Amino acid sequence: MAAETSSVSPAPRFSLIRQLRESPHAQGLALISPTLIYLLFTLVLPLLLVVVLSFMTRGPYGNIIYRVNLGNYTRLMDTLYLRILGYSLLTAALTTVGTILIGYPLAYYIARTPPRQRSVYLFLILVPFWTNFIIRIYAWIMILRTEGLLNSFLLKIGFIQAPLDILYTPTAVLIGMVYEFLPFMVLPLYTSLEKIEPAQLEAAADLGARPFMAFLRVTLPLSLPGMIAGSILVFIPAMGMFVVPDLMGGAKTILVGNLIRNQFLTARDWPFGAAASMLLLILTLIFTLFYTRRAGFGEELLV
Amino acid sequence: MSQFAVELRDVVKRFPNPGGGEITAVNHATLQINHGEFFSLLGPSGCGKTTSLRMVAGFEWPTSGEIFIDGKPMGRTPPFLRPVNTVFQSYALFQHMTIFQNVAFGLEMEGVSREETRRRVEAALEMVQLTGMGSRKPRQLSGGQQQRVALARALVKRPAVLLLDEPLGALDLKLRKEMQLELKALQEQVGITFIYVTHDQEEALTMSDRIAVMNKGNVLQIGAPVEIYERPNCRFVADFIGETNFLFGKVKAIDPDFVIVSLHGSERELVGIPLGKFYSGQEVVVSVRPEKMRIFDDTPLKIGVTPNQPNCFPIRIINTMYIGSDTRIVIDFGGGTQLKVWEQNHLSTLDTLAYYAPGQELWVTMRPENVLILPQEE
Ligand SMILES: Nc1ncnc2c1ncn2[C@@H]1O[C@H](COP(=O)(O)OP(=O)(O)OP(=O)(O)O)[C@@H](O)[C@H]1O
Ligand SMILES: [Mg+2]
Repeated sequence: MAAETSSVSPAPRFSLIRQLRESPHAQGLALISPTLIYLLFTLVLPLLLVVVLSFMTRGPYGNIIYRVNLGNYTRLMDTLYLRILGYSLLTAALTTVGTILIGYPLAYYIARTPPRQRSVYLFLILVPFWTNFIIRIYAWIMILRTEGLLNSFLLKIGFIQAPLDILYTPTAVLIGMVYEFLPFMVLPLYTSLEKIEPAQLEAAADLGARPFMAFLRVTLPLSLPGMIAGSILVFIPAMGMFVVPDLMGGAKTILVGNLIRNQFLTARDWPFGAAASMLLLILTLIFTLFYTRRAGFGEELLV
Repeated sequence: MSQFAVELRDVVKRFPNPGGGEITAVNHATLQINHGEFFSLLGPSGCGKTTSLRMVAGFEWPTSGEIFIDGKPMGRTPPFLRPVNTVFQSYALFQHMTIFQNVAFGLEMEGVSREETRRRVEAALEMVQLTGMGSRKPRQLSGGQQQRVALARALVKRPAVLLLDEPLGALDLKLRKEMQLELKALQEQVGITFIYVTHDQEEALTMSDRIAVMNKGNVLQIGAPVEIYERPNCRFVADFIGETNFLFGKVKAIDPDFVIVSLHGSERELVGIPLGKFYSGQEVVVSVRPEKMRIFDDTPLKIGVTPNQPNCFPIRIINTMYIGSDTRIVIDFGGGTQLKVWEQNHLSTLDTLAYYAPGQELWVTMRPENVLILPQEE
C-alpha cells in the first residue's frame, strides 16, 4: 500500500508501461491476457448472446422480436417442462451412479496392476473413442435390438423365452449414457487411486485394519477427489445430452438436451431454447458448487 | 512370556529379480531379541534391514525359516493380527484424517470404547508432546511433529514390539540428535521392545542395547555397542563401525593371548589380540582405530626405554588437521603404509611447537590390546 501511494508519477507519458512494471496486479493481468481474450470470445460473448436471447420473443416466422420480457421463463415453469427437467436430473444422476459402480472396480484394478500393464489398460479404455460417437451408439442399437446380439444370445442359452424390449426404453438410454461417459469417471478415479501410497494401506493393516476396513477407511476417502471430479465430468454433459436419448430412447424419452435442441432446430423458437439453456446452466452450476463445497475439496480437483 | 520377544530362525527372503533370476535380500538370518530391548539392525543400503523388519511386521513372508513373536511362530499371519506396530520411514500418516483420528485409528480397529480411545489418544499425544494438536491435519505439522504422530499412533496400541524403519531419516541433523535422545528415553519409559533400523552407525551406537550388523543379507555380528566397536568379528564390521586403519600381514607366532603378525612390505612386526582362530602363516588383517595410537618424540628412548619393545615404531608426519577438540594426523608408517591417528588436544595453547609439523620424524606406539587381528576374507 505504502509503495503505491508514494509512487506519484513523475513521467505520466509512460504511466502504462510504468504501471505494468511496478504493479504486480497489472503484471498478472497482462500475463493471463491471452486466456482472457480466449475466454471473452469463446465463453463470455456467446453466453451473453444466450442471456439476451432468452429475454426476447419468437416472432410468427421463427424470427426474433427484440422486446425484453420474462415470458420464456414463466413458460418453463409449466409442469411439462419441469417434468422433463426432473427426468433429466434423474437420468444424469443415475448415469453418474452407474459410471461409479462400473468405473470404480475398473480403476481400482488398473491402479493395482504393474505400471507397464496400466498404460495398456488405460489405452484400451480410450480406444473406442477413436470411433465416431454415432457409430458407437448404432453398435449398441445392434446389440440391444429385439433381434439383436443380446437377445439372440440370451434366447440361445435359454435364459429367456421371449426377446427383451430394451431398446427405446429409459434403460437403453441409461446403458448408452453410462457407456458413453465411463472413461470420464475411470480416468480421474484411476489418477487418485494410483496416487495412494502402498504404505498407507500397510499402515492401516499394521494398525489392525482388515482389508475391507482398510479400503473403507483409507482407500475410499483418498479416492474421493477423483470420484468428485469424475462425477462432475459425467453429470454435467449427461444433463445436456440429446443424441443418446434421440437414438436409443425413441420418441418416448425426452431430456432437457432434446428440448433445447428441438427449440433451436425444429420449433425455431430460439428465445425459448435460450431460456432452457440458461436454466440448465444454472442448475449445473448449483450442482457443481454444492458438490465441491459439500465434500470439502476443491483445490485437489485442480491437480 | 516366552524367552524372546522376537526370534528369527534361519530366515531367508528371496525376491524375483525383474531382470531374471533372484535377489537374496536376507540370507539365513538368525536373531534373538529380548523383551524390553532396544535392538538395532545396522548396515549399508540394500543389506536387507527393511526386508527383515517387514517380515516381522507381516508385510513380507520368509522364503524359508520362521519368525517367532513372543514364542509363537508367525507363519503367514497377516499384519493386522500381529502384536507388533510399525513406525514407517515415510511416516505413512493418513492425510485425510486429523492427528487425533490418526492416533485413534488403531484403537478403533480393536473396538476400544469411545471414552477409553479418547483418554488413551490424549495420553499418547501428551507422551510425544503434541497435546492440543489433535485437530490438525498431518500436512499442518513439521517433519519432527509428524514423526511424533507416527510414534504415538503405533505406541497407543501398546504393542509387544515396536518396529521402526529409519524413523529419523527425514529429519535434519540437529532434530535427529534431539529425537534420538527422546526416543531412547521414551523406550525406557514404556519398556516396549524396539527393533530399530538404521544405516547411521553413530545412531545405532548411542541408542541401542544391542546391534546386529548386516551386509548383503547376512547378519555378521550381534552384540552390545561396545563389543561391536571394540571387538568386531570381521573386517567389514571393523570398517563399517567407526573409523579404523587396516594393515596386512601374516601370522608369525601365536600364544594364548597374543598373536605376532609380520607386516607385508616391511620388516615390522605387530603384537595384537586375535579375534578368531588363527594358525601360523595365515594371511590376516590388522585393525587399529585412529584414536588408539600414540605419537611421541624420542626422549623416552634417550632416557633408556628400549626401542624394540612391542608396537613401537619410528614414523614421519605427513600432514595434520586441527579440528578443535582433536587433531587428525596422517603418518607415514613405512612400507608405503599411511595411518590415521587422532589425538585429543589436552592442552590449550597457541604455541605452534605443541603441534606436529609435516615432515617431523617421531615415534608411534599402540598397546597390543588395541591391535585387533582379524581373518582375511576374500
Ligand atoms: N519387493 C522387492 N522386490 C525385489 N527386490 C526387493 C524388494 N524389496 C527389497 N528388494 C531387494 O532386496 C535387497 C534388500 O532391500 P532392503 O530394502 O531390505 O534394504 P535396506 O537394508 O533396507 O536398504 P536401505 O538402507 O537402502 O533402506 C535390495 O537389494 C533390494 O533391491
Ligand atoms: Mg530400508
